[in-house]
Amino acid sequence: MAGKFDLYLDRMTKSRLWRSIFRSGSGDSSLHRAQKIQQNVFLHILPTKVRRRMLRLDATWYLGTLTLGTFMVLVITGILLMFYYHPSVPQAYADMKDLRYVVSAGLFLRNLHRWSAQAMVALVFAHMFRVFYRGAYRPPREFNWVIGVILLLVTLLLSYTGYLLPWDQLAFWAITVGTNIAKYVPLIGPRIRFLLLGGHLVNANALLRFYVLHCVVLPLAAVLFIVVHFWRIRKDGGLYAEQSQADGRKPADTPSLKSVEESVAVAEAVEKR
Amino acid sequence: MAEDGKSEPAQPEQEVNRRAFFTRLGLGSLGLAAAGTLSFSYQYMSPNVLYEPSPIVNAGNPSKYAMNSVTEDRVTAIYLIRVQEGFFSLSAICTHLGCMTAWRPDLGIIACPCHGSRFTRYGKKIAGPAPRPLPWYRTWLSDDGDIMVDRATVIPPMQFLRI
Repeated sequence: MAGKFDLYLDRMTKSRLWRSIFRSGSGDSSLHRAQKIQQNVFLHILPTKVRRRMLRLDATWYLGTLTLGTFMVLVITGILLMFYYHPSVPQAYADMKDLRYVVSAGLFLRNLHRWSAQAMVALVFAHMFRVFYRGAYRPPREFNWVIGVILLLVTLLLSYTGYLLPWDQLAFWAITVGTNIAKYVPLIGPRIRFLLLGGHLVNANALLRFYVLHCVVLPLAAVLFIVVHFWRIRKDGGLYAEQSQADGRKPADTPSLKSVEESVAVAEAVEKR
Repeated sequence: MAEDGKSEPAQPEQEVNRRAFFTRLGLGSLGLAAAGTLSFSYQYMSPNVLYEPSPIVNAGNPSKYAMNSVTEDRVTAIYLIRVQEGFFSLSAICTHLGCMTAWRPDLGIIACPCHGSRFTRYGKKIAGPAPRPLPWYRTWLSDDGDIMVDRATVIPPMQFLRI
């Protein structure tokens, strides 16, 4: 059975149609496997090779990948929710209730969207703490940290703009308070609030603006920066690996690593004098 | 020196060859176009006509307000208050972050549910993070004898409408 399957698989990957789509060809050699990544438009931003130990759970806790996973869940469930949602007053609230009580699987999709949003914010923070405490933000990765901070802001803005869309009391007052906080910006504060809301009140204009930001502008910005973020991992030399010790022991844990860093810092300071 | 040096090479920043000229021209036009796009976008995103409720509210006949009463209207977000000195109207929007305040008859104060600001019935702040007192709105009597409130015009406090 397995033999037959392998035979068909082999025949398929050697077919002219397959070869016209996947130029790297079949084969399991190191070169072929590298080419499969390198010659694929979606994968070529990723490194062609990864250290084996970087695939272990304790290397990264997969926090970045999990964040991407929640983002993809949010995109898919978000698109599905858009089929039933009108960003108009007061229809938006009725649509939200319909999704909850009338639409098949609407409750599941809405809850999945909401919980994934909460999870994504939490995972972004966890990812950033992890990167920070492992020192993975240091050169040559410092620009990718900046991209990460931009992605944090985009994530928070996505979360905030999505909050208004159910058009319930919680949404209305959260956006009232939030845009009033923006008003405290010196000089241009009231103008920022006016532009955000498209008026002076949290009203139909504000709902439409937040909808467009939430469903089009911010997701596009997120995708753009995610692509750069991933591409930079490859350009900056792959995932950050902690320095191995010469005798092949496990990488130093934080306290002793800290003492090494401190002694290096002291040595450098002395040298500069 | 520069005056007598015949073989002095031309200053690099003064020398503009064709390529540099077109580069500057191109970048300059792009910058101009970007500035235009920015200004255009800003104007487009600022609505010129707003379909928001009128700021002028008809609060009805004065006789329906009892002496020493505070009447709140949650739709228009105003208080219509009658005291010995006369009538006046306060904004019900908290000056901190824009929440709707509420009149607490049991305590005789106006309280904000969001962050705990408290005001007297004259709008003066008693407690909480609100930076300013609740603003007083201009009030007048219409020809039909109704109390009118203009939510767009703030007046100094303690100007009562005497009837």
